[in-house]
Amino acid sequence: MSDLSTARFVNIGERTNVTGSARFKKLVMADDYADAVEVARQQVENGAQIIDVNMDEGLLDAKQAMTTFLKLITAEPDIARVPVMIDSSKWEVIEAGLQCVSGKPIVNSISMKEGEDAFLQQARKCMNYGAAVVVMAFDETGQADTKERKVEICKRAYDLLTGIGFPPEDIIFDPNVFAVATGIEEHDRYGLDFIEAVREIKAACPHAKTSGGLSNLSFSFRGNEMVRRAMHSVFLYHAIPAGLDMAIVNAGQLDVYDQIDPDLRDACEDVILMRPVEGEESATERLIALAESYKGRSKEDDRQAAEWRGWPVERRLEHALVKGIDAHVVEDTEEARLNAEKPIHVIEGPLMDGMNVVGDLFGSGKMFLPQVVKSARVMKKAVAHLIPFIEAEKEAGAKKKGTIVMATVKGDVHDIGKNIVGVVLQCNGYEVVDLGVMVPWSRILAEANDNDADMIGLSGLITPSLDEMVTVAEEMQTAGMTMPLLIGGATTSKVHTALKIDGAYEGPVVHVLDASRAVGVASRLLSDTQRDAFVEQTAAEYEDVRAKRANKGQSDLMPLAEARANAFVADMDEKPAAPAKPGLHVFDHWSLADLRETIDWTPFFRAWELHGNYPAILKDEVVGESARALWSDAQAMLDRIVEEKWLTAKGVCGFWPARREGDDVVLGNGVRLPFLRQQVKKSRDRANFCLADFIDESDDWIGGFAVSIHGIDDHIAHFKAENDDYSDILLKALADRFAESFAERLHQHVRTDLWGYAPGEQLTNEALIKEQYRGIRPAPGYPACPDHSLKPILFHLLQAEAKTGVQLTESFAMLPTAAVSGFYFAHPASEYFGVARVGRDQLEDYAERREVDLATAERWIRPNLD
Amino acid sequence: MNVRQRLIEEASQAILIKDGPYGTAIQNAKLSAEDYAGETGLSADQKGNNDLVNLTQPEVIRSICDRYIAAGARVLATNTFNANRISQADYGAEELVGEINRAAARIIREAVDAAKAKDGIERFVCGAVGPTNKTLSLSPQVEDPGYREVTFDEVKDVYREQCAALVEGGCDCILIETVFDTLNCKAAIMAVRELADEMERDIPLMISLTLTDLSGRNLSGHTVEAFWYAVRHANPVAIGLNCSFGAEQLRPHVQLLSSIADTLLLAYPNAGLPNELGEYDERPEETAGLVRQWAENGRVNILGGCCGSTPEHIAAMARAVAGMPGRKIPERDTKMRLAGLEPFTIAA
Repeated sequence: MSDLSTARFVNIGERTNVTGSARFKKLVMADDYADAVEVARQQVENGAQIIDVNMDEGLLDAKQAMTTFLKLITAEPDIARVPVMIDSSKWEVIEAGLQCVSGKPIVNSISMKEGEDAFLQQARKCMNYGAAVVVMAFDETGQADTKERKVEICKRAYDLLTGIGFPPEDIIFDPNVFAVATGIEEHDRYGLDFIEAVREIKAACPHAKTSGGLSNLSFSFRGNEMVRRAMHSVFLYHAIPAGLDMAIVNAGQLDVYDQIDPDLRDACEDVILMRPVEGEESATERLIALAESYKGRSKEDDRQAAEWRGWPVERRLEHALVKGIDAHVVEDTEEARLNAEKPIHVIEGPLMDGMNVVGDLFGSGKMFLPQVVKSARVMKKAVAHLIPFIEAEKEAGAKKKGTIVMATVKGDVHDIGKNIVGVVLQCNGYEVVDLGVMVPWSRILAEANDNDADMIGLSGLITPSLDEMVTVAEEMQTAGMTMPLLIGGATTSKVHTALKIDGAYEGPVVHVLDASRAVGVASRLLSDTQRDAFVEQTAAEYEDVRAKRANKGQSDLMPLAEARANAFVADMDEKPAAPAKPGLHVFDHWSLADLRETIDWTPFFRAWELHGNYPAILKDEVVGESARALWSDAQAMLDRIVEEKWLTAKGVCGFWPARREGDDVVLGNGVRLPFLRQQVKKSRDRANFCLADFIDESDDWIGGFAVSIHGIDDHIAHFKAENDDYSDILLKALADRFAESFAERLHQHVRTDLWGYAPGEQLTNEALIKEQYRGIRPAPGYPACPDHSLKPILFHLLQAEAKTGVQLTESFAMLPTAAVSGFYFAHPASEYFGVARVGRDQLEDYAERREVDLATAERWIRPNLD
Repeated sequence: MNVRQRLIEEASQAILIKDGPYGTAIQNAKLSAEDYAGETGLSADQKGNNDLVNLTQPEVIRSICDRYIAAGARVLATNTFNANRISQADYGAEELVGEINRAAARIIREAVDAAKAKDGIERFVCGAVGPTNKTLSLSPQVEDPGYREVTFDEVKDVYREQCAALVEGGCDCILIETVFDTLNCKAAIMAVRELADEMERDIPLMISLTLTDLSGRNLSGHTVEAFWYAVRHANPVAIGLNCSFGAEQLRPHVQLLSSIADTLLLAYPNAGLPNELGEYDERPEETAGLVRQWAENGRVNILGGCCGSTPEHIAAMARAVAGMPGRKIPERDTKMRLAGLEPFTIAA
């Protein structure tokens, strides 16, 4: 439904909270609202999705401070774009705040402390102001400390609220985070009780959310930042899977879970999760003892300096960039900064020199994409270190070659390719404004204008994205823009770009085949000398495509009736028996170790633009070295994914009695699956295929499945926070491979067991990959079944969202992105084919069969229309 | 069935036609300053106070309403866009706000009842509530961005006074229209909800946003989607867009709102964009052709006209969409939807 602003876990910053930030408090107390507003701005710029505003300080007129501050940030669009959390323990302060906030805010908090009447009265007010609420687990007798009390109070509040019509999705429970490891035994359970309470509250209160304030947890370790950060990270690592939706925490005070010293991590986990420990010491005592050794310690102390560490700093930076080593880049950058006259010179000097070496090596084919992405990670970390210094000096940014606004269009969530292109462009000195996924056209245009962009790049993987790209082009035309528009992504093509997008926009439109072409295209478009010739040449090429297309005419399509007369006739004596185990089969966590065995690696290397078949590619003369390095990084990450259970493979499949009715397959429950038929004239005796041809006119069966890989988001967020594009892309590519492997394994399980029509099947992994088995599993959106809009029907049949948590966007892309769904056809003669072009007659027929208007059907199958 | 249920039922079966604007039609009546003021005894010049005409020349308003009814409109709004204490203060007529609104509601109620007596067709009377000319989100003083001319409670009370009179005069529902400041709209919602609680009855709301630029934001900066989340608590019987620009430019925004709002979709665009002289010259057939596409794509439930539209425009629209089914209302989802100027969703 929505654009990229959909979150699964929300960090709520506490920088604009006088109880959480000493600096903010000082500014507000001194009436320095201008600087206080800047604190909010920085917080949003650093990625805060919601800002918490709290003015509860004894010496302040909290009501006055709250309204003053909220009115001031309303005037700042960069800040006001995110929702506000109005945080106070005094209702009058909250209500005064509600009267100043125009979007839909969150009230933090109300509770049953003063009894049910006061609670419901405040809740009704919140409802009338249009606000969501945080409800503290607090009742007439006090704050809930045990799990039972937390759950009981929240459930009681939930029933009261929903009883007066309060929307359950607007309720957030805060079951109270208390300090652990205080030395008092009753406090030991506080962390675990919170986590367990979250899980039970989520189950008992449908659609409600949960939240917590983290800083309390580590209160006993004040002054020992390293331990506090580790505790917060470990706590979130376990609370988020239990269902925690948001937390108030300073994002800068979190560590990446995997990068915490394992001893410290274990000790924290023992304390928070109340794990039994061996020996005399309690878990708390051990953490306290261990904490002593972390006081004031930095992470890098015990790393040994390699030989290159003795080189001059410029050379060290170049070496780090070319080799992609990020271990010392921050300290080296800092050293270079201290040597430089201005911080910007470090970027313009040694860093750009290093990246130029990388660019030259890449351009001449001596370095490959995976290494370049690693180099970019180093560069990003260096630049991230310098930016605060550059901004402090208020200098202009580094001299850049040009600015490119990039986005995966609305309705689509795939971004591996876009991220790779972004990294490659950045490595070559372009500024890339990456808007993320599911970006509506209005935002693309606005950001292009705001950033004074030189061009826009659009990406998409699924076919409905093609339409959305046309919309963006049309809107750019309407807005009178002239900047070049670059089109890329697996589903895009030169032909579609020439026929549909180029025509919608008068500015230059260029289809970019893959990441390695992106720099060439961008540099020519921004070159004073080459631009005109390039634009002219591209336009001529597209004109040529259009002319050829026009000349082709309709001659090679046959009328639908004729195509139907030439349908494939399957021998229905051979149709499969009824499934051995009909109905729905749900798999909550298919073993990742098992799926790892059947991964098809060739597409993995292709995603990184290393071409060749696995395993031969590892010994390839040209790309072999690069492929081996990538392979070993992938294996290392796979080890961790499997051992540490980073991901969960969930799937569902089912079988339904079915019969063919024309080109439709009609299920026993009345659900109709209309398919498309090939209409291109066939030479010799080839039939015009339609998937329905593989189903008998009575007493037959069809199956369906959806598999998806969950749990990637938190890891991606960690990588992003670390400026680690390499690991980000690697993990996404591996998750995709897991999903494909799962689809293959599940199909095997279906053939040999669930449907059971091939019980004795024995196939090697190679044979599996080559699909040397009976039956097919075509997916909506792919050549045999090109209409993505069949997915909602399939998902409904499978109850896929409820059973496995996989969701569809408005353009029918699956979330999580690593997902595969399709139908099972078991007839031995069933085979894959491409529907290819279809005529208007089939479009009209299809619209009728789908019971939609012509425009809708046309939108759905546009890629198959002329 | 109550009014809310009947509206939803009717507008789902077939697209309902709403009327057009009153301002142009009143100007065409060429009233003098004396005609405007009537026997109110107001000292300030009342020429241009179109809301006062409800009181002083009710037959003028009745005849405009009758023309919209004849054109096929079934959703009829009162001529009360500026009939609130803040706007009427400019004419020194703030003490007449109650009377104006009651009179305005009665005129439309009588017209609608008379029509029903003849043809048996049910029509709906909406009390139209404009944005006032003060804003709760913006400071009129450039050097002091935290300054506000009015408070939330003041604006709420102003709306409360107007809406109470409209309901008393016989309106079926309240139409908060041409919303340029989302916070003003939230004050109006609060006013109507409190009024409904006090009267112990349902007062269905229609809410219509106006955009100030093509990227799709209103004056207070909210995107269409953010706006919907900010007002969804009002449980409006219809949400929509009006004024802003012509149907052509409004298209993508109607499309977006239509796909997310789990209530009736209302749209009444201007008759194109004004020409160099500030006149609207889009012909009735052109406007009707454009909005027909929305109907064909299943985007709308209620269609009408704003600035520049005439009874002829409304009649052309009615002909163009006659018999076409109304948009199917999407199911309500259960994600947490928050909003600043932009929408923010927390996954279920």
